[in-house]
Amino acid sequence: MRCAVIQFAGSSGDGDCFHVCKNILNKAVEFVFYKESFAPEDFDLIILPGGASHGDYLRPGALAARSKVMKSVIEAAKAKKLVLGIGNGFQILLEVGLLPGAVLMNKGLKFFCDDVFVRVENPDTPFTALYKKGEIIRMPLACKYGNYYADGETIKGLKADNKIVFSYCDEKGNSTFESNPTGSIENIAGIVNSEGNVLGLMPHPERCAEELLGNTDGLRIFESVVRYIEGGKANGRS
Amino acid sequence: MAGRDEAKKLGLTDLEYDEILNILGREPNFLELTLYSVMWSEHCSYKNSKRVLKTLPTEGPQVLQGPGENAGIVDIGDNLAIVMKVESHNHPSAVEPYQGAATGAGGVIRDIFAMGARPIALLNSLRFGNLDGERAKYLFKGAVAGIGDYGNAMGVPTIGGEVYFDDAYKENPLVNAMCVGIIRHDKIVRGKAAGVGNSVMIVGAATGRDGMHGASFASGELSDENPDQGSPMQVGDPFKEKQLMEACLELLEKEWVIGVQDMGAAGVVSSTCETAARAGSGIELDVALVHQRDENMKPHEIMISESQERMLVIVEKGHEDDVKEIFKKYDLEASKFGTVTDDGMIRILENGKLVGEVPAKSLAEGVPIVKRESRRPAFLDELNIDISKIPVPEDLNQVLLKLFDSPNIANKAYAYWQFDQTAGTDTVVPPGSDAAVLRIKGSKKGIAVSIDGNGYYCYLDPFEGGKQVVAEAARNLVVTGAKPLALTDGLNFGNPEKPEVYYQFEECVRGISEASLVLGIPVISGNVSFYNEGRETAVYPTPIIGMVGVLDDVSKHCTMGFKKEGDLVVLLGVNTDELGGSAYLKEVLDIEGGPAPRLNLDEELKVQACCLEAIKQGLVSSAHDISDGGLAVALAECCIAGQLGFEGEIESEVRPDALLFGEAQSRIIVSLVEEKLPELKKLAEEMNVKVSVLGTVKSDKNLNISVKTKGQVAGIIDVSIDEIAEISNNAIKRRVEYV
Repeated sequence: MRCAVIQFAGSSGDGDCFHVCKNILNKAVEFVFYKESFAPEDFDLIILPGGASHGDYLRPGALAARSKVMKSVIEAAKAKKLVLGIGNGFQILLEVGLLPGAVLMNKGLKFFCDDVFVRVENPDTPFTALYKKGEIIRMPLACKYGNYYADGETIKGLKADNKIVFSYCDEKGNSTFESNPTGSIENIAGIVNSEGNVLGLMPHPERCAEELLGNTDGLRIFESVVRYIEGGKANGRS
Repeated sequence: MAGRDEAKKLGLTDLEYDEILNILGREPNFLELTLYSVMWSEHCSYKNSKRVLKTLPTEGPQVLQGPGENAGIVDIGDNLAIVMKVESHNHPSAVEPYQGAATGAGGVIRDIFAMGARPIALLNSLRFGNLDGERAKYLFKGAVAGIGDYGNAMGVPTIGGEVYFDDAYKENPLVNAMCVGIIRHDKIVRGKAAGVGNSVMIVGAATGRDGMHGASFASGELSDENPDQGSPMQVGDPFKEKQLMEACLELLEKEWVIGVQDMGAAGVVSSTCETAARAGSGIELDVALVHQRDENMKPHEIMISESQERMLVIVEKGHEDDVKEIFKKYDLEASKFGTVTDDGMIRILENGKLVGEVPAKSLAEGVPIVKRESRRPAFLDELNIDISKIPVPEDLNQVLLKLFDSPNIANKAYAYWQFDQTAGTDTVVPPGSDAAVLRIKGSKKGIAVSIDGNGYYCYLDPFEGGKQVVAEAARNLVVTGAKPLALTDGLNFGNPEKPEVYYQFEECVRGISEASLVLGIPVISGNVSFYNEGRETAVYPTPIIGMVGVLDDVSKHCTMGFKKEGDLVVLLGVNTDELGGSAYLKEVLDIEGGPAPRLNLDEELKVQACCLEAIKQGLVSSAHDISDGGLAVALAECCIAGQLGFEGEIESEVRPDALLFGEAQSRIIVSLVEEKLPELKKLAEEMNVKVSVLGTVKSDKNLNISVKTKGQVAGIIDVSIDEIAEISNNAIKRRVEYV
């Protein structure tokens, strides 16, 4: 399995994703600079990392979405390669149209960083096969613009097609306004595209993939991908 | 030519003007005079503090770089080193808190990567007026957002900090930011302009008319008067700084880089004269070659602008295009605007025409040192109160709850939730504990970092207060299992021309020196900020200590939360009847006064060594420092962090409110499984540390303490942990958010 971590101008989560692929998963991984391009067959997993690309100027993800490397990312997505957008990476996927919707500023109008609970709504994706449906996991959230929004039709479609993958919830699994620090519609924390090969989420699975950091709940996203690519008993294989 | 009147307008004294005449052997022109006025301001020259700062211990086998560089460096073994520095941005934050705090963070991050290190953590120390004032709310919210947005956008996690509210800081808030970086020994770069003929380049943002005379602005009391030209404020661009950081770190891998220096206060002039002075060289530069964003800038404006996100780079001749190529990758400009010479002069040209020429060393180091008058403030004698006249309150539960409702004791999540704490995937213990712990990737080691300050103690007793702040910063590291290695000091005081303020400064530094020496923790970098006064108030003397310690095996770190029902809770150290300077008197009874708690450094050293050894031997399950709010607050914090309860009976001669809420120093609470108590006792006995069992960890979330004197119940605390946590979590939020 070959992974790519895209380095946009100002990306800061690039090193974190690289670290997980290389040192935790022990997979081949390369940085791809935003002024470069690549071919769909070059990589199996393409990660758009978190961290304010272009300083979040204009709108988070708006400028990065227009960088050269995104043409390659779109082609790879069309070729059914796996694309994972975390935090700012999710915002870029929204800006470029690989996922539907947009983000607004958090409901508290402030940056928010703390661990949050999310419920796994859809384990039938290449990214979530190792979770159980309804499982409650804990992940760090760190964003100012995490308030996902989409119009009624889109939300209806996401729900009907089971494309909502993670929702914010409390420790017991109740999805409430209070349990969702962003204020996102339907308490959405992450969604996949209709083909299921592009996942965007606001919380940071790469920051909770090691015992030493006190939490490994995020690791199974990466392990699900490995299982999907390299085979095995993954039930998320489509 | 510019005469004495011009010099006065620029803030130079008669004595300083005479010294300039003496150095140059002629009258300076306006440009030259301007350079001296900024470089000889307090902010850049430390002329008021140098003499006193020399007394600080700065050496130790672990010190790789002491004060005098962009930042200090301390060895943590395995060819790894930690780079650190604290800096103040008080005056800009008083005017515009968001940008003031943001650019403060930006400046100290540059100091770290200028040494070749990758910044891995930010911390901050903040002081504002009481939160019932609208201005204080505005400043607090703005500064937190500013410091957060800058660090967050840079991807450098903010892992610790402290904030304190008191009307002494109403007019002049304090915003100190600290940055920590990591570097391999062989990659350390210093700020030196060496090698005749080598190229001097300016990289990063274009130079504009922002931050004019910022250094001078920071060197006077705050007033409503506006400077004649330009604004002393700077505006931060964290995206540009992130690009600048990546470009610089890529550049610093090259062996042809000679030196790098942050362009902070006094921009081009400070970075050129300091790098030249360090190398004993000179620099000839042409201001017209500096890339600019404003039109028709005059030479003196280019020399002293404090436009942010710029660095000075000195490279071997012939590598200018290589530098440009690296910076182009990050969409940044790099311009060669000068050359290293051997004549010790900063020679300034404009389009090839000589416009000014002064010795580099005289700008950087030549300021006449000021010996300020120092006088013990008379008020110090009036501050001590007779505790025996204060009755013991009947309802001690209410006292405890009131303490947790004080923003100074309460949970600070309102602030640190706005900081990205986990970027970089190194955060093992996030903010909210005694100290944050980071792992070092590719090594078993970790570091613990803390930042502390107690201006109120220093106000009551500057010498004891100075000692205390070092001791507490160290204690905060020790309870995580880290051995303290080095400190950086941020010294915030009022107007040094007032003898009472100068006395406070001298005494605080004397306290810091003594503690630093006894505890073996040298000072490797720091910052002095004077003139922190408004129209009516001067700040408390507020030294801030940032400290770093090392854990040989980070997986063995210790945290403050109780771990398991049935564990014994044990006190290392001794309870005393001291109540002076306590948050209990000040926040609950509204009584200001001392004496501040005494600190016996030998006792402190023993308690810390004992705690460290107990953690190392795996004897204890948790450890927590007792500080503001005393024993009861500390026990409650251990319960909240562990989501458990406590029950205990404490037999003591000390009056119950002093026992529960007094702030006697050199005390640590640990918890452990019962079977390990004999081992802990043996260890403590060997180290001559007093140990006493306070009680037991309980599964029901209640804090239940009964204080007995001569067998009689003298005071009881019985409160639900959830109630305490609820009050603590809302104390700041309910005061600053409009509902």
